[in-house]
Amino acid sequence: MFTSIAFWLLAVIAVVSGAAVFRVDSMARATYALAVSFVAVGAILLLFDLDYVGVITILMMMMEMAIMGVFMIMFMGMNPALMPMDMVHSKKASAAVSLSVFVMLSALALLIPWPSRRGSPDGDVTAALGEALMESKMLVMLVISSILFATIVASLVLANPGGRYGQASDGAIGGKQRARHPDGGGK
Amino acid sequence: MTLEGVLIVVAALFCVGLYGALSQQAIVMVMMGLELMLNGVILAVAAFWWFLAPAPEGQVLLLVVIAAMTVEMAMGFAVATLVHRSRGSDMTDMAGDLSG
Amino acid sequence: MPMIEPVVQVSPLWVVAAAVLLGILAMSGAAFNGVLARREQTGGPLPATVRTGRSAGALTPLVETARLLRQRRRSSIAADALLWRIGIGGLIVAALLMVTVIPLGRWTVADLNVGVVWFNAMDVMVWALVWMAGWGANSAHSLIGGYRFLAQALSYELPLMFALITPAVAAGSLRVGDVVAAQSSLWFIVTMPVAFLIFCASVVAFSVWGPFSSAAGSDIAGGILAEVSGVDRLLLLAGRYALLAAGAAFAVPMFLGGGAGPVLPDWAWTLVKTLLVLGVLIAVRRRLPLIRPDRLAVPAWMIVLPVVLLQILVVSLLSVRS
Repeated sequence: MFTSIAFWLLAVIAVVSGAAVFRVDSMARATYALAVSFVAVGAILLLFDLDYVGVITILMMMMEMAIMGVFMIMFMGMNPALMPMDMVHSKKASAAVSLSVFVMLSALALLIPWPSRRGSPDGDVTAALGEALMESKMLVMLVISSILFATIVASLVLANPGGRYGQASDGAIGGKQRARHPDGGGK
Repeated sequence: MTLEGVLIVVAALFCVGLYGALSQQAIVMVMMGLELMLNGVILAVAAFWWFLAPAPEGQVLLLVVIAAMTVEMAMGFAVATLVHRSRGSDMTDMAGDLSG
Repeated sequence: MPMIEPVVQVSPLWVVAAAVLLGILAMSGAAFNGVLARREQTGGPLPATVRTGRSAGALTPLVETARLLRQRRRSSIAADALLWRIGIGGLIVAALLMVTVIPLGRWTVADLNVGVVWFNAMDVMVWALVWMAGWGANSAHSLIGGYRFLAQALSYELPLMFALITPAVAAGSLRVGDVVAAQSSLWFIVTMPVAFLIFCASVVAFSVWGPFSSAAGSDIAGGILAEVSGVDRLLLLAGRYALLAAGAAFAVPMFLGGGAGPVLPDWAWTLVKTLLVLGVLIAVRRRLPLIRPDRLAVPAWMIVLPVVLLQILVVSLLSVRS
């Protein structure tokens, strides 16, 4: 009973704050609305006894959103004065597509005869996850780690204003770089 | 709390995200839409884990989804920074020549 | 040394007692800072001391509280009041949520089996909260303070994560109670001094304190503190002390053997150790210079991170051998 109430409460929070992301007029509020949505989903995961993954979701997403907020404001340049904004294209088509997808997914959720539960959670879900990662599913984490490393390198290469002649903030050479990119990096 | 109920919440989260990803003009807002869709995916995987097969594999899949989100964020911001620096804009509509 | 008994979870209602205890610890931290300020009488820029005239010494927290409660609450033009209030009030809540997983002797409010990760998640909350406190005021100095904190957070967070995971590796568990139990023969500070130091430095950093307080630096008119006054300022300052106290309290089960100790009961030892760590963290402010976040990044990623990874390697080898 308690779980049910908590679930529906968190579900409403997740969906409402998710919708608020595209309704509010401030980049900061939009970012943190998304963060609230993630925290609500993380809390739902805790209801499902997924302790580790739930807390990790909250941790990762708060961190991501804190950084995302900086980028949002940097690119969108909104101040807290809540400037009204409406920067959308093909609003009607998007709404139609997403509504029909919603109807379809809900219909599938209700109509598919879901099988009954196989097995039950291990006593210590977190330990089971750790053993899976270090034993049978180790390859998954190996692949992910190399992808993450490649991502770090690739995103640094893409975003670094310097390039192979050094950092844009490195004094004399940086001056040259800055001349090419008036808004790029540097102090 | 039933599997069907959770999946309808998932559908709602996913479609709100889909609407955002399709309709927003700024790259960073499109990314927020994608994040919201992946948020729904996390919830769906968790629901299947809990209601159908509570095995460690499901948890591994969740970690994979979270890792995918971080990759999406990092690459998205890198590309947004690059586009912003070279064109002074972060609108998807003005980067149409990047397609094809 | 008496055998450490397993941690028991008490009723969630005890969270009220935890909050009171956290408040007392934070107050004693502020009082100690007041005593140090009195001894120095430099009248530093940080407002834990009464800014005009002499410091009130050990009475500083009471005097400051009374002063700030009477002070008029100021707001700025076009402030984002919602996020501002969340950021200001949230620090205390984050500190309280950290404290719920810390065992006081044998009792703990929430014996989560991922307690260590929970603490970590709460300190990540601080990223968002401090930034919101800086953003909400719609003032350039505050906002720079918020950005400085995020830049600093990018440097301290990874070392902190690895420092937190080191005791968990040695104990083979993410449950705080198991970490305490694993120290029955040897406190972890002996085998992992580097992780302990990095943990303490990170606590100072996420509390915007001492060498890591550039987010509230006097060069930007107080940064995140620039625009807050009255009860807002009180909450923000109290939140900083509460975070310091919660971090110091978490060092006790992680590195200092929890409630282990002679003569006194285990809950008293937890408090004594917490107060000692807290005292050192408070005193650090007057011993070390301010570190700029942009200067912090290179040493944090090039030196501290490899060192803490080496520390984990050593601890892993030790725990494989035994």
